Amino acid sequence: MATTRKKTARRKTTAAKRRTVVLVATRKGAWLFHGDAQRKTWKADGPHFLGHVISHMVLDPRDGRTLLAAAKTGHLGPTVFRSTDRGRTWKEAAQPPAFAKAADGKGRSVDHTFWLTPGPASEPDVWYAGSSPQGLFRSADGGITWAPFSTLNDDPQFREWMGTTQDGTPDGPKLHSVIVDPRDARHLYIGMSGGGVHESTDGGQHWKTLIKGLDVVEGFGFDPQQPTFHDPHCIRMCPSNPDRLYQQNHCGIYRLDRPSDTWVRIGKSMPKTVGDIGFPMVVHPRDDNSAWVFPMDGSGVWPRTSPGGRPAAYGTKNGGKTWQRLDAGLPESQAWWTVKRQAMCADNAESVALYFGTTSGELWMGRDGGKRWSCIARHLPEIYAVETAEL
Amino acid sequence: MKVLIPSALRSYTQGSSAEAQGATLAELLADLDRRYEGIRFRMVDEQDHIRRHIRIFVNGTQVRDLAQPLSGKDEVVIVQALSGG
Repeated sequence: MATTRKKTARRKTTAAKRRTVVLVATRKGAWLFHGDAQRKTWKADGPHFLGHVISHMVLDPRDGRTLLAAAKTGHLGPTVFRSTDRGRTWKEAAQPPAFAKAADGKGRSVDHTFWLTPGPASEPDVWYAGSSPQGLFRSADGGITWAPFSTLNDDPQFREWMGTTQDGTPDGPKLHSVIVDPRDARHLYIGMSGGGVHESTDGGQHWKTLIKGLDVVEGFGFDPQQPTFHDPHCIRMCPSNPDRLYQQNHCGIYRLDRPSDTWVRIGKSMPKTVGDIGFPMVVHPRDDNSAWVFPMDGSGVWPRTSPGGRPAAYGTKNGGKTWQRLDAGLPESQAWWTVKRQAMCADNAESVALYFGTTSGELWMGRDGGKRWSCIARHLPEIYAVETAEL
Repeated sequence: MKVLIPSALRSYTQGSSAEAQGATLAELLADLDRRYEGIRFRMVDEQDHIRRHIRIFVNGTQVRDLAQPLSGKDEVVIVQALSGG
């Protein structure tokens, strides 16, 4: 009995020490929002790097204190800032992600680092980065120095699939969704906007396309077997089941259950008036049947706003067979913002909360898996990325 | 020699000017980077091209070639281009 009481006390102490922090990267700087134990009040820490475009900010879950932020400004080149004290002090990476120098001077240069992924627990100092124009980079020293990773960056076939700056997203094609299998550090997935989904099982030496089952834009005769016509917006691996991936694509919402190599379009069960176009994809930390999306208007000229000016998350609890609209607390009309691909996530609490940041600078929290929404902050710059961590 | 630094890069130098040495512009920028780690990559990309919104003047003349010879008496001015509105 005494042992049980001690264990309970220890659990309570551990729980009391844990606090959720929401990491917000914006077009004009970065903020950390520290929550209380109940996640009811939030204390803003920022701006960090005021005026810098911060594409992504991630806390290393392996040590709980190292933060990396991908930055650039309107006039200066890109860099990565690094903190080892949870954002109290920052130091610039000694060698930020950069392409190899070409002898003829015609090589590519990184415009901005777009995506940051910490490596698996088995490789405590490894980080991956995806860039625009599209490139894959790796750091083996906790983000201090970066080097081009694998043959992908200069492979003629990949370069063709990547397209030029005229292809892909408006501010440049992006390599994103760098995913490392927690069971095998050599098993990697990447998403390319555009250029499709790719998988490596040998630590990035060779890559296999994973585009079977994915639709392409209709009506132009695009060949769905060509990676260049595929635009995955965001891919997530389920932490509780690394054999299950979800994807929000330019052409729908999909699920992939390995070892199958064929994506299943689970977005067809979304309401027809809303559709299944969007940017973010969020998975539950412990339940591989639960996932969320945030649809946007992909009709006509692609307004990229909430459909009908009525924003809502949609959640599934059965792997995409059915979807539930989650809009309680969100504006009921005339709200024309949307949520970018890195700007929505879930925390790891017992009752999972969702978080998203809008293109109009609002930070929202959805308790009980998005059932009740409340606004954490308004009037921030355009939000590019939202991540959570436990401190 | 004295190098004038634009406001966007003063987080590195902590001032509006810096001292650096070099027989060419490339050497000067390398020396600046030794003194203020990371400053060069914000101005010059990995293909050794001066970035789009950065301008470098030597004695009042704009220079685009990193091989430009320099003497100790030259005045080097780095500015951020008047771009972006």
